Order: sequence, then C-alpha cells, then structure tokens
Amino acid sequence: MANYTLDITKEHCPMTFVKTKIELSKLKSGDTLEVLLTEGEPLENVPRSSTEQGFTVLSITEAEVKGTHKVVIQK
Amino acid sequence: MATTEIKLDPNTKKLSLIGFSGDFDKLVAVFTLATGAAAVGYEVNLFFTFWGLDGIKIKQGRSPVGKGFLPKVFGVFMGGLKSAPVSRLNFGGISPKIFRYLMRKNNVATLEELVEAAKVLNVNFYACEMAMHILGIQKSDLISEVKEVLGVASFLKIADGGQTLFI
Repeated sequence: MANYTLDITKEHCPMTFVKTKIELSKLKSGDTLEVLLTEGEPLENVPRSSTEQGFTVLSITEAEVKGTHKVVIQK
Repeated sequence: MATTEIKLDPNTKKLSLIGFSGDFDKLVAVFTLATGAAAVGYEVNLFFTFWGLDGIKIKQGRSPVGKGFLPKVFGVFMGGLKSAPVSRLNFGGISPKIFRYLMRKNNVATLEELVEAAKVLNVNFYACEMAMHILGIQKSDLISEVKEVLGVASFLKIADGGQTLFI
C-alpha cells in the first residue's frame, strides 16, 4: 500500500480538484493520497467529490500553516 | 502531463458544451467547465463549431489552413489559442495578454493548461461537420483528440440525458 502526497495550496479552481483527480486515478486499491489544501473552495470540494467518486476520506486535519488542511484519501 | 486511464462509473452525470466562440475568455470558460466537470466524475462532450474550431487546430498560430482562397484568408486571421481575442474590451489585442499575465500572476491555470487537462481527463472532443465544410478544414487539420466529426443529430444523441450549454 503506497502513500502519495499532493500540495494544491497554490492552486485555484478548477485545477484544485483536477490535479487531485489525476493523482487519485493513479492509486491502486488500498493506496492513500495526502492532499494539502487551503480552506474555502478546495476544502469544500475535494473531500466531497472524492467521496462521490467512490474514494474514502480517512481524515481531515489542520496542517502547520494556518488556513491549510491535510486530507487523507484512500482508494 | 502523462496520460492516465481514468475509468468512469456507468451512472455518471453528463455535460455537453457547444464551443461556438473562438474568444479567449469564452474558451477559458469552456475548458474550465469541461475540466472541472470531468474532475468530479462527469462525462464531458465538447462540440466545436465555427470560431471554436480555431482552438482545436493542430497548426496553432496564423496560417492559411483550409481549402480555397477565402477559407485560407480566415485561417490567417484566426490564429488559434495564442491570438484569440477577448469577447469585449479587446483593445486591439492587448486584453488577452493582460488577462494571461493576471492568470499567471494569480496562479490560475492558463488556457493551454486547461486544454491539456481536458485531454488527460478524457474529455470527448468533437468537431462540427458543417463548419468544417464551410471553412474547408479536414479532420487531419485538427488535434488527434478529436474523436469524430459530427452533425447536429449525432451530437444531440450524444448529449441526450445530460446538460448542454452553448458558449
């Protein structure tokens, strides 16, 4: 089971979930992707659209930089 | 960007966009909607017609593409993505350059990045048969991602059951 990371704190819609989707599509079953994102649009859309597409959001925690969050998604 | 296999669930939502305009701002809208929808699991169909065909020609830049004198003249006027004007306040071509600068400065995806993302996300590209006929363009003049050249009836069949927008 591999763990990958993706930092989209500097991205804006639609590239936030576009880049997330591209990385998620590379996952094998059981792999996880740790996405570092900002609150607002990315925090609202990335976990929800991942769940809608059959991925599991394992956790959403606050990250070191204020206003950013770490979302762990598993296939 | 590397190409990856992205499989869609059979119960997907569908969005079809008619890309009529060749304006920079409207093409950004087309590709933002297309990539955004594809990224959240929609099946996305793009139907390029008239000015929109300019965005999907292989030969970007001003070149006399097309069969016949008049189509070739328009081929030179229509310079592809890089010279696409904005739909208003174009100010002689300065505005697209300003918008590109602002997009880069704010780290918003450029038009070319959005087009690439659409290809990676397996968005379906189609071209309008009628417009191609008038402009004397062959399928071989268009990017390889164009699946088929279609007429209205075929496009409506593809778009059936989903949302269709005209841009």
